[in-house]
Amino acid sequence: MQDIVLRTEALSKKVSSPEGSLTILDDVRIAVQSGESVALVGPSGAGKTTLLALLAGLDRPSHGHVWLCGEELTALDEDGRARLRGDRVGFVFQSFHLVPSLTALENVMLPLELTGADGAKARATDALTSMGLGERLGHYPNQLSGGEKQRVAISRAFITKPEVLFADEPTGNLDTATGERVASLLFDLNKEFQTTLVLVTHDRELAARCDRIIELASGKVVP
Amino acid sequence: MSGLRFGLKTLLRDSRTGELGVLLAAIVVAVTAMTAVGFFTDRVGGAIRTQASAVLAGDLDLSSTDPIPAEYMRDARARGLDAAELMTFPTMALAADNNSLALIKAVSSGYPLRGEILVSPQMFGEAAPVQGIPAPGEAWAEPGLLARLDVDVGATLVVGSASVVVTQVLDYQPGQGVGGFSQLAAGLLVNIADVQAFDVIKPGSRITYRQIFAGEPGAVDDWRAELRVRVGKSVRIRGLEDAGEQITAAIDRAQRFLTLASLVTVILAAVATAMAARRYALRHLDTIALMKSLGATQGFILVSTLSQLGLVIVVTALLGTFLGYGAQGVLVGLGASLLKVDLPPASWFAGALGLLTAATITVGFALPHLLKLKDTPPMRVLRHDLPPPRLNTGLSYGIAILALLFMIGAIVQDLLMLGLIAGGLIIVGATAVAGGWFLVWILTRFRGAAGVSWRYGLANISRRGSESVVQIVAFALSLMVLLLLTLVRSDLLSEWQRTVPEDAPNYFLINIEPEQWPGISDFFEEKIGTAPDYLPFLRGRVTRIKGEAVDDIQFPNPRAENFAKREGNLTWRSALPETNEIREGEWWAAANQGEIEASLEVGIARDLGIAVGDTLGFNVGGEDVDVRVTSLRFVEWDSMQPNFFVMLSPGLTEELPQTYIASVFIPPEKRRILSDFVREFPGVTLLDLEVILSQVRMIIERASMAVQYVFLFTLLAGITVLLAAIQVTKDERRFESAILHTLGAGRRTIMQGLAVEFTALGTLAGLLAAFGATAVGWVVAEQAFELDYGLNPWIWLVGCLVGALIVGFCGTLATRGAVNEPPVAVLRDG
Ligand SMILES: Nc1ncnc2c1ncn2[C@@H]1O[C@H](COP(=O)(O)OP(=O)(O)OP(=O)(O)O)[C@@H](O)[C@H]1O
Ligand SMILES: [Mg+2]
Repeated sequence: MQDIVLRTEALSKKVSSPEGSLTILDDVRIAVQSGESVALVGPSGAGKTTLLALLAGLDRPSHGHVWLCGEELTALDEDGRARLRGDRVGFVFQSFHLVPSLTALENVMLPLELTGADGAKARATDALTSMGLGERLGHYPNQLSGGEKQRVAISRAFITKPEVLFADEPTGNLDTATGERVASLLFDLNKEFQTTLVLVTHDRELAARCDRIIELASGKVVP
Repeated sequence: MSGLRFGLKTLLRDSRTGELGVLLAAIVVAVTAMTAVGFFTDRVGGAIRTQASAVLAGDLDLSSTDPIPAEYMRDARARGLDAAELMTFPTMALAADNNSLALIKAVSSGYPLRGEILVSPQMFGEAAPVQGIPAPGEAWAEPGLLARLDVDVGATLVVGSASVVVTQVLDYQPGQGVGGFSQLAAGLLVNIADVQAFDVIKPGSRITYRQIFAGEPGAVDDWRAELRVRVGKSVRIRGLEDAGEQITAAIDRAQRFLTLASLVTVILAAVATAMAARRYALRHLDTIALMKSLGATQGFILVSTLSQLGLVIVVTALLGTFLGYGAQGVLVGLGASLLKVDLPPASWFAGALGLLTAATITVGFALPHLLKLKDTPPMRVLRHDLPPPRLNTGLSYGIAILALLFMIGAIVQDLLMLGLIAGGLIIVGATAVAGGWFLVWILTRFRGAAGVSWRYGLANISRRGSESVVQIVAFALSLMVLLLLTLVRSDLLSEWQRTVPEDAPNYFLINIEPEQWPGISDFFEEKIGTAPDYLPFLRGRVTRIKGEAVDDIQFPNPRAENFAKREGNLTWRSALPETNEIREGEWWAAANQGEIEASLEVGIARDLGIAVGDTLGFNVGGEDVDVRVTSLRFVEWDSMQPNFFVMLSPGLTEELPQTYIASVFIPPEKRRILSDFVREFPGVTLLDLEVILSQVRMIIERASMAVQYVFLFTLLAGITVLLAAIQVTKDERRFESAILHTLGAGRRTIMQGLAVEFTALGTLAGLLAAFGATAVGWVVAEQAFELDYGLNPWIWLVGCLVGALIVGFCGTLATRGAVNEPPVAVLRDG
């Protein structure tokens, strides 16, 4: 058996709503192997984003546990989870989320600088250049197109050579051709760095390119 | 990247996009106002103090009927103070053909330590300042003395066993106050070295020994404290605050005006800061969430936030202090010619005040909002609509209120005032919020009234319930200031300036024998066309208070003791003077033949524990009289009229020994008639008030100017509140109008909706503002400045109209950009 980098046990999430307590995720058990690519799919409202947030330690579960890179997330405080994310996790979001006050280069340097790694500038420059954004280093996010923004976001996600990359509908805001290019990039990098890829998508084709598909419906994993 | 660098970088980037504008502007305005006032009161206040001390000729004055030890002079000089000594005594001065009683003032070199002596080369010539004092053997004589002796400059006067040559006419010397009528004889200024030669100091001669000191305020205060312990009972110590009630009262009012203005400015700026900071925090939630998802710890976010705040404080403090210094420079430059003294340089204290203001406002009003940023849930990167972290309301309001109290305390430096103002603020704030809610509630009733724009606009106001209230209150506060600024302020200031009109009496005539009056009256009727009114003037000493002999009474303070134990000035009058106001009891109707009634100034009555109905015994010119107190009066001391602690009813009083005094306004071009007057009525003493008058006028003029100037900042602060309030909802509006666009609403409909909303908000705010301005104007005029203020009915109309126009226009204009943006851009801009 290969290394398990991500595992959950009896994971559930409840929120209180005006109509009483609402269960969004119910007893989710999954395990993801190192280097694997997994697609989370399911109808809207199934709980995909919620699950992704719990897996990445962005939110806390109501019950159950998440092990990420050998660490039990519920045992860590917010700062502990932040450090874990900084060291070993990358994110790509549907709406890119670049820091508007920083240039493309600075956005990519950011995770390295947050963890105090060396050679941030050179590494970020290399990463952006290899993405074909060598001319755009000094540009601010509002000077970039959607595809360019997403490529910057992907460079930023991979710059720390994360063990796990989470992506919530990474191609959702892009046209088909650009989306296709971005997806290819993700899979190339996944191969190149042996990064585990967990992505949420509505795109059947993108899901099919993953090693495995986990389907959610009404907060439960469809067997 | 360190939290520090990230914070500063974000801040710089935001400042480039104009995002920070309102926040920075609000704090800068507050700092500018505070430092301008600080620098101003520091420098000009110092100059005004100096001028007040010119009345005393020094900052501190010792007087005694016994010689004052010379070691005080030595010790004072050792402390770095200037010192001079004086002796005053009445004696006969003899000229060739005439003689007259003269008040000799013998002074040592250095006199006067403050203010200046004005002399002229011959009688009623052009007066000019002079350096130094008369040389031994020389004397400078007041015009009255020369007139009585019928000589001019150059004459030799015999004083005791020696003689002096008159070399100058003494037109003005410091210490020639309005209130002190004790100086009955005309003065002769000589060198103290001559006193020995005069050989007039004998047991029983009425000599007053004086020493005066001047220097840095702190050193003077210390010296005063030491003297209080060292000097004997017979030595009287006087400081600046005793230097003439008119000047003190004028300075007092000026400071209160300035305080009020800077206070309102700071409060408005604080409101704007809180609003702008909240918006700033809200706009950064997403970035902070993202930073957290990338591994930033709370510590990182905290450091980044704090470094932003630090930079904001430093930048606003520097910029504001710089502007404040410049503003004060303009102010001082404008009226520098009015001040005869050199201004002390601006002190660092005022600069420190700028930093303090920036820090207090930032920490008190921006920090609570920004501090919450570190608690942003990282989950927001995936879910935008997650509510922002909740502000700990109690804590953040607590900090803000503490900061505000701290600022107010720093401004007013008076615990009681602080309490009053804090109470007033709570009342104004609570009333405004309640009024705002009420108006919003009323408005909700009109929702269905008209077309879609109306419904959309009005619905917006009631839907944003509490936000609308905040906006209305904020607009109302700024408008209130605007109204106070335009209507009330000019009313108040002109009311104040009226206390010293252009034709205020500039000469006092004292020592008039009652039978001389018809002649004097005719003299002025003939020469200047109007006869002045006379005022009977009695010298009296209190003998009994409520039946108890004065000598047996313990007095609570020196003022009361001075009043009771010294001979004071009394008058009788049938009508209450305009500048007086009855606070208790009633003014007498007509001469009561049975007993003499008295009216006391409220302050002295309080000091002495005298109420309406109590009796007082007086000794007037050797005759004992009993009077009954029938009223207590408030006296407007800076009214440049002769004011009295005690006024008596006519009737029996007219039989007591008395002289008359009168005050006249003599236009400068008619000053020459004075030599005729002095020749015709040699017994009458003329007191020139011009110098004091112009001092008081100068203070009022400068202070009015300063106040208007500072109110300008208040107006600016009001505008920042308006901008902040508009900015707060701007994003929401962008989004809403984009949605409305996509739903098919035309630009016009949306704009009309916005116009309706802002106009309605403005009208409501105007209504509230008019109410507030009326109330505040009235309270301020009556309570703080003791001025009568007639309420201005226009304020309501003006308030609503101006509110509707300004807020309607600015609001619509400021959000127009949002409407014009293509909806796709807004909706896709995640
Ligand atoms: N904080 C919350 N409060 C109440 N309900 C919530 C909250 N967060 C999520 N939900 C609900 O939980 C369910 C799952 O939401 P989630 O965003 O995980 O769905 P999703 O699978 O990502 O959907 P989509 O494909 O539309 O993005 C939804 O019905 C949502 O309304
Ligand atoms: Mg989702």
